[in-house]
Amino acid sequence: MNGLLFLIPVALLLGLTGLVAFLWSLRAGQFDDPDGAAMRILIEDDDSPAS
Amino acid sequence: MSYHDASEAWTGTPVETRFAVPDMHCAGCIAKIERLLPAQPGIEGARVNFSSKTVTVAHAPALEEPDIIRAFDAIGFEAQSLQGAASQARSAALKRLIRALAVAGFAAMNVMLLSVSVWSGADGNARHLFHWISALIAIPAVAYAGRPFFESAFRALRAGTTNMDVPISIGVTLATGMSFYETIVGGEHAWFDGALMLLAFLLAGRVLDEMMRGRAASGAEALVRRTAPGAMRLDAAGGSQWVSADALAVGDRLLVAAGERLAADGIIEQGSSRFDLSLLTGESAPVVAGPGDTATAGTLNLEAPVTLRVTAVGEARTIAEIARLMEGAAQSRSHYVRIADRASRLYAPVVHLLAGLSFAGWMIAGAGWHQSLLVAIAVLIITCPCALGLAVPVAQVVVCGTMMRAGLLVKDGSALERLAQADEALLDKTGTLTLGRPVPDGLETLGEAERGIVRALAMASRHPLAIALRQALGGADVGPATLTDVVEKPGEGVEARYGDHLVAMRRPRPGELPADGDGRAAVALDLLGEAPHIIRFTDALRPDAADALAQLAALGLPARIMSGDREDAVKAVSDRLGIPGEGDMRPADKMALLEARIAAGHRPLMVGDGLNDGPALAAAHVSMAPASASDVGQQAADIVFLGDRLGGIPVAVRAARATMRVVRENFALAVGYNVLAVPLAMAGKVTPLIAAVAMSTSSLIVIANSLRLRWKVK
Repeated sequence: MNGLLFLIPVALLLGLTGLVAFLWSLRAGQFDDPDGAAMRILIEDDDSPAS
Repeated sequence: MSYHDASEAWTGTPVETRFAVPDMHCAGCIAKIERLLPAQPGIEGARVNFSSKTVTVAHAPALEEPDIIRAFDAIGFEAQSLQGAASQARSAALKRLIRALAVAGFAAMNVMLLSVSVWSGADGNARHLFHWISALIAIPAVAYAGRPFFESAFRALRAGTTNMDVPISIGVTLATGMSFYETIVGGEHAWFDGALMLLAFLLAGRVLDEMMRGRAASGAEALVRRTAPGAMRLDAAGGSQWVSADALAVGDRLLVAAGERLAADGIIEQGSSRFDLSLLTGESAPVVAGPGDTATAGTLNLEAPVTLRVTAVGEARTIAEIARLMEGAAQSRSHYVRIADRASRLYAPVVHLLAGLSFAGWMIAGAGWHQSLLVAIAVLIITCPCALGLAVPVAQVVVCGTMMRAGLLVKDGSALERLAQADEALLDKTGTLTLGRPVPDGLETLGEAERGIVRALAMASRHPLAIALRQALGGADVGPATLTDVVEKPGEGVEARYGDHLVAMRRPRPGELPADGDGRAAVALDLLGEAPHIIRFTDALRPDAADALAQLAALGLPARIMSGDREDAVKAVSDRLGIPGEGDMRPADKMALLEARIAAGHRPLMVGDGLNDGPALAAAHVSMAPASASDVGQQAADIVFLGDRLGGIPVAVRAARATMRVVRENFALAVGYNVLAVPLAMAGKVTPLIAAVAMSTSSLIVIANSLRLRWKVK
């Protein structure tokens, strides 16, 4: 029972972190172009990206 | 304004325009576009969206779409403007739904964790604690994630009707309230997990559905953009002054320079020129007009300045008439009821009835209100429409993903339902069956050096025929020759010096064209030899037109041509393709023919591109347009296909039919599940565990069934 008192808040906190991270990445537009993101990793960036 | 002026004169915030670039296929293309495009004059930045094969270009406001398309051309990509076609831009409503889904999913997972502990034997104090924690998570989560349903149900009830959201809202609210009561009194079962899972699955369906809904088409708005904002008005003293289109009046005299769009309908008084009427009639070859001829707003003066006496302004213009036709036609189609809505109309009364019956039955049997209410809630939850709510959108989103990769943008989910029902195809000629741009004939008779000169000459001009020549020679491995003293004479052509030779690309003089002149556009090339080369241009058929029509016929959609072009031009194409065709049709004629076909019980698929097709596209049961179409065509069409191939049409028809098969299977699965589960619930045998398992299983089966489409549609 004492374990639970400690573990349940930890579990909830971890879940909440995931939720906040998802909402943040949604706001930041990270889900707008999933295929492009997979491609961009192959681009050799010798200069900073345009705009 | 040319873009050279724009880049120098302009300081301010850039505007953004989206383009479809179907040829992008690797990381190299992304890098090339994003690095090289901003180096073009007037362009500030470019951002590729590879998933939707689009590029968002930030550019100077003075830069127009053709200028940007030329900039794409210069770096080796073919781009098409995407005004109003399937927008991947996520609407505010979609973002709200995704946030609600995230909250519901998070809460459902955590509450499920606690519920599993209860089901697997947590008892006494532990169960009490778990229920309280569940309530703490679930109540705010339901309040937040349930809002889309509560609001919609409230609206429906206030309007005196019901919809699918009413039983959902009642079920969720009752389940949450009852669970809270159980928690307070320390009861055995709580339904928080059921309520949250219901919300999560339903929101997933809503999110998918929202992704499918295209932006509302506003054809009239796109039309207005096509006319000029104003014109140069001549006054009695012979001076001229720029006035806006609103200020023009019938009887005004306007000076229309070469390269300018007309702001009003009128009669030409002085001068003669060629006009690009493609926007209005679909006719791709420019038409010569002289004194006494009428010219229409929205057309482009190609060659020489003319004086025009205005005969119609504002709403009286031909172009405004087309806009009115389109709006009327679009309204008649909005009566189509989506298959999901038809299902939910049946669903809501049945569910309420069953829940009510269970409650009444158990009361009569003497079970007491607490027990009876629990059973009624169990019925509401177990009949949860989540499998039903997912049945349509999951299938549509899976198909639209595959279609997107095949170059087909679907603007609206109901388009797939309507396309599956289509039983005949009506096609426009110019720009649809044909490429809608001139392609030069007989370039292969030129020698290598001569081709180099032609390419260099063509690069010096922005005339449509010069661009066509440049594109035709661009693929060949002949570099442009070095020319000196290049002069472009508007309306005449380009002259230059190549070594000792005087070379020119010019308008053919009278007598140079063969006597059988069938009105095709031509240029004369003075090259190394004595006699000029005459290059004729034709509007070539799309490469796979015949094959695509054969496939359509095999699918049960016989095709016919419906064109605004001249009768003989239509006949040439219809003979080659072996399908019937009709020419000389005005926009209203096309629309009338479509309405007659619909009245006769047919469900026509209309494929067209031009402004003149707009009303017909809106009136048809379902419509498609190439991405090269005018804004209006794209706005009015349900599906836009990218690239030069017509093969997308039969692919879309097959995909739509496969989708509808899967949707019907999904409905059968969802209903079948209810037939099994509802009697159990009404008998009072359903514990939260069984409800949760049954509900997720039915939803997952529907999703899995829909995913099969990914492999079926090719």
